[in-house]
Amino acid sequence: MSHESTYDPQTGIEKWLDKRLPVVRLAYDSFVDFPTPKNLNYWWTFGGILAICLVIQILTGVILAMHYTPHVDYAFDSVEHIMRDVNYGWLMRYAHANGASMFFLAVYIHMFRGLYYGSYKEPREVLWILGVVIFLLMMATAFMGYVLPWGQMSFWGATVITGFFTAFPIVGDPIQTLLLGGPAVGNPTLNRFFSLHYLLPFAIAGVVMLHIWALHVPGNNNPAGVEVKDVKKDTLPFHPYYTVKDGFAIAVFLLLFAAFVFFMPNSLGHPDNYIEANPLSTPAHIVPEWYFLPFYGILRAVPDKLGGVLLMFGSILVLFVLPWLDTSKVRSMRYRPIAKLWFAIFVVCCLALGWLGGQPAEGVYVLWARITTVYYFAYFLVILPLLGVMETPTEMPKSISQSVLKKVSDGTETDASGAAAAQPAE
Amino acid sequence: MSAASETEPAAGPESEEPTRRDFIHIMAGSVAAFGAASVVVPLVHQMNPDASVLALSTKEVDLSAIEVGQAIKVMWQGKPVFIRRRTEEEIAEVSATPLSDLRDKDARNPNLGKAEATDAARATSADGEARPEWLVIVGVCTHLGCIPLGTAQGEVKGDYNGWFCPCHGSHYDGAGRIRKGPAPENLPVPPYQFLSDTQIKIG
Repeated sequence: MSHESTYDPQTGIEKWLDKRLPVVRLAYDSFVDFPTPKNLNYWWTFGGILAICLVIQILTGVILAMHYTPHVDYAFDSVEHIMRDVNYGWLMRYAHANGASMFFLAVYIHMFRGLYYGSYKEPREVLWILGVVIFLLMMATAFMGYVLPWGQMSFWGATVITGFFTAFPIVGDPIQTLLLGGPAVGNPTLNRFFSLHYLLPFAIAGVVMLHIWALHVPGNNNPAGVEVKDVKKDTLPFHPYYTVKDGFAIAVFLLLFAAFVFFMPNSLGHPDNYIEANPLSTPAHIVPEWYFLPFYGILRAVPDKLGGVLLMFGSILVLFVLPWLDTSKVRSMRYRPIAKLWFAIFVVCCLALGWLGGQPAEGVYVLWARITTVYYFAYFLVILPLLGVMETPTEMPKSISQSVLKKVSDGTETDASGAAAAQPAE
Repeated sequence: MSAASETEPAAGPESEEPTRRDFIHIMAGSVAAFGAASVVVPLVHQMNPDASVLALSTKEVDLSAIEVGQAIKVMWQGKPVFIRRRTEEEIAEVSATPLSDLRDKDARNPNLGKAEATDAARATSADGEARPEWLVIVGVCTHLGCIPLGTAQGEVKGDYNGWFCPCHGSHYDGAGRIRKGPAPENLPVPPYQFLSDTQIKIG
């Protein structure tokens, strides 16, 4: 939250710099003395984890670009060259490829956390929208990165995904030609995807800064969903309390990351991408990377081409208006007994869509994909708007400090007896 | 505003009349907008197919080696073109299909312009003459761009004895017309003409 600066430059050089460019003051106020709710749980560590993911992707990516050749005749071979000849090339590539998966794993947990604790609600709408923008940029970046190794899945994934645009009448075909730079996926496509794949992570880094800025204006949401009332009682300085907590979470997350990189580096990829791209032969099953499967599931649930593409894009666009769809004034689902159940079904539906997206599009799979797709949209467009009006929330704590104390003393303390009746968060 | 009244006595402080300064604002803004728009054109158009890509836009194919019942794939503009020399039975089967059974009733044949998707219309070259023995179509599924199976010997031909797209399950008949599955349109016929009885030029 915006607060009075507590930075006090000690040395002469700090004072000199602070008068000219108060960059140390900005960093100190943002990451050292920033007042952070004292009740944040481990679901709140994924922001820091995501920052580490972005740094790893940019670092390994810049290194890979030093050894990679974006040309249809050499791209596939240059990736094998990285794997076999370049010193530690295998480590850079496996870290980069699995890093993308880890990045999406963390971002999905981060998003579900925001959905459960109502982190998108007033006054954090812009923070949430910037997050959705980052998510879209991540998807574009990951898609273009997957094309670069120029394997069979690279080529056909690019064909299918740019083919989405042909679903739109009149403008569709020219847009696809513009994206591909030719009548089909070819060398111009590979070149421009490489250029954009290098560019977009820096765009992401830019939006991440806005995201953090938008976070630091209202301050963190928290598991109780009540605003900070008393900075002294309700908050702790970010450092050392949350640098340590985030640091521990990052270390655990990196263990999982390392397990993939060193022990099962290809388990999340598709074996067909080790076959060089062949424009004359389509693989029997075109499957996107796992993190796109829920959206692929929605696409294939619809028997109509344009309808499928619109619903797929719509499934992400609906997140932009979520702050205005959810009518409940109570942020945290801790105090929303009914919303909690619908949320659990929503999580199951998203996971099911992911699984169904990887199955052949036939028979009972299509039926289930349709049921889960309907629920996905109903959750945002029907359930959340209605629940806010119909549901009676349970008793909320008056303040963050009370919610913490209540937990410790389990209600025996007389201090906690006067808990407020459920009331809307400010 | 009052400072401008020396040169513009008509426009007092309360006046609603546009001033010279308003005019300059509008002119400067328009010039900047026009300049920005003219820069966008080259910035975007550079992404469209370049001259070297467009130079590969025609292709000549020798048909003499294709036996009756056989089909080949050739590359044209980075896309595969299927050329099938059809048997009498295959032609009879697709010719007998009533138009009302078709999902897409447009022939999708630029050699003809707008026409109904009869088998003869599908097998017409730029010479305007139908040669039902030869079917020339672009082998890119109209759903999301996969290559349908059914050209090479031994590949599945789908429920209608033509082509089958393995990606999302579209079935095309022996004239390349969509019959079942998510694809919205018939496989398009490329512009082509016969140079001789055994030679065609695509594009």
